[in-house]
Amino acid sequence: MTLFDVQAVRDQFPALNQQVHGRPLVYLDNAATSQKPRAVLDVQEAYYTQDNANVHRGIHELSRRATEAYEDARIKVARWIKAADSAELVWTRGTTEAINLVAMGWGLDNISEGDEIVLTEMEHHSNLVPWHLLSRRTGAVLRYIDLDDQGRLILDNLDELLTERTKLVACGHVSNALGTINPVERIIEAAHAVGALVLIDGAQGIVHLPVDVQALGADFYCFSGHKMCGPTGIGALWARRSILEAMEPWQGGGEMIRFVHKDHSTWAEVPHKFEAGTPNIAGAVAMGAAVDFLSDLGMEAIAAHERAIMEYALARVGEIAGIRVFGPESLDERSAVLSFLLGDAHPHDISTILDSEGIAVRAGHHCAQLVMKRYGVAATARASFYLYNTTEDVDRFVDGLGIVKGIFG
Amino acid sequence: METPNLNSLYQQLILEHYRAPKNKGELDGSTVEVHMANPVCGDEIRLQLRIEDEAITDVKFVGQGCSISQAAVSMMTQKLNGKSLDEATSLARRFTEMMHGDASAAKDRDLGDLRALAGVSKFPVRVKCALLGFDALQEALKQTTGGETH
Repeated sequence: MTLFDVQAVRDQFPALNQQVHGRPLVYLDNAATSQKPRAVLDVQEAYYTQDNANVHRGIHELSRRATEAYEDARIKVARWIKAADSAELVWTRGTTEAINLVAMGWGLDNISEGDEIVLTEMEHHSNLVPWHLLSRRTGAVLRYIDLDDQGRLILDNLDELLTERTKLVACGHVSNALGTINPVERIIEAAHAVGALVLIDGAQGIVHLPVDVQALGADFYCFSGHKMCGPTGIGALWARRSILEAMEPWQGGGEMIRFVHKDHSTWAEVPHKFEAGTPNIAGAVAMGAAVDFLSDLGMEAIAAHERAIMEYALARVGEIAGIRVFGPESLDERSAVLSFLLGDAHPHDISTILDSEGIAVRAGHHCAQLVMKRYGVAATARASFYLYNTTEDVDRFVDGLGIVKGIFG
Repeated sequence: METPNLNSLYQQLILEHYRAPKNKGELDGSTVEVHMANPVCGDEIRLQLRIEDEAITDVKFVGQGCSISQAAVSMMTQKLNGKSLDEATSLARRFTEMMHGDASAAKDRDLGDLRALAGVSKFPVRVKCALLGFDALQEALKQTTGGETH
């Protein structure tokens, strides 16, 4: 496999080329959001300066161009995840909205009192709270797949957990807090065997792994643009066409209707019946550009680069006395997320000290309070790597941790 | 943005309070108790006060969080014993002024060890950490006086 020239890639990200507190920026908060390449910024700018119009409603030239760009981006993203049909891709604000769409649009009509939804202890709050909301309204019972000491799902008792009462399994592809890559194929197979549908929270998975939704076999796959070089405020729900067609719209408004009468309306075809109101057109177009950018580099090459960086990072932090690293030991089971504690230094203090050296990491519960509770900690510090990070970034990070040790002993 | 100096933040006195906090534990006979948390970062404290005849006669806290939040509440409890409610309110006001960069407040001897936290004002994202304890104190005073602090 051909790896790419990392320095040439870095040069395409304007935000990486800056000094923070007098030092060159080392950006290691990629699990929160990635930086954006020039190609994506240019496409967004070009859309607003040349083609801006509303979609699917004007006869004029700009509206035609805007509609074409918006729908071309849908086809691009759908092909990228190997969807059978671009109509299976619904634009949303991001992963969170995609999951809420399923919870309300599918859940309210398909989940009844006593039905069970199976989640995992490692879920991000965006794949927990929508199910809490649904449970309050339907009386559904929430059950959990637990975590082992290495941050992996315990699947030994999956057969007991999944029963004919299980209607849905909602599970992250890759954990944002631990970096764990989940064996989702195995979970999907077991869930389908009892007739349950499966939703995969792909917010982190889509960033680090080549995704083929048909091979994966899930029923819903949710993801965001902003963690994969795209802008904020755009993401997508992929779902099987037959499921989308059977679902009621979850929001009403312009764009999603066919005919509107005094007492009722009829809906547009999928995916438009789920896209009420003027969508984030520029965001969708720019997300299409992000897919082009990632396709040019190649997802396999990106994954190989991240693995090499992660291997180096784990080896370097392994030399530090008093560090506690969370997540799987095997690189086969983890992506480029390094969640850790260092001595008695609180993660906020670690983050402040690293920030003073121009190094951006996240400190806190990472919207995964169940994970923090599982390991008996209030917070962790997290360095998360991406396609543009280098071994020099890792060295600067490790040097920064030396300063933390100097202050906190 | 100007680059603040880490040494102005992590003074030895702060690290000492973080490692060996004063007045940490449960208070018997408390008259008011306030739980205060910062949901964004997970810092939390539970502040217990015994207030008799318009004065604080004892104080303890339990909590977890970063060095700044825990040292600040430890230092605060050192200054509260024997203070009247008005004096406690005034202490909270003075500390808040210091957090907003007021140089005269940073020299105010009434603040005691709390003056070591003056450097936090140069780290805007950490000011809320330092204020957690005083936020709890102000809530406790409000509950005690029915909102009529002055």
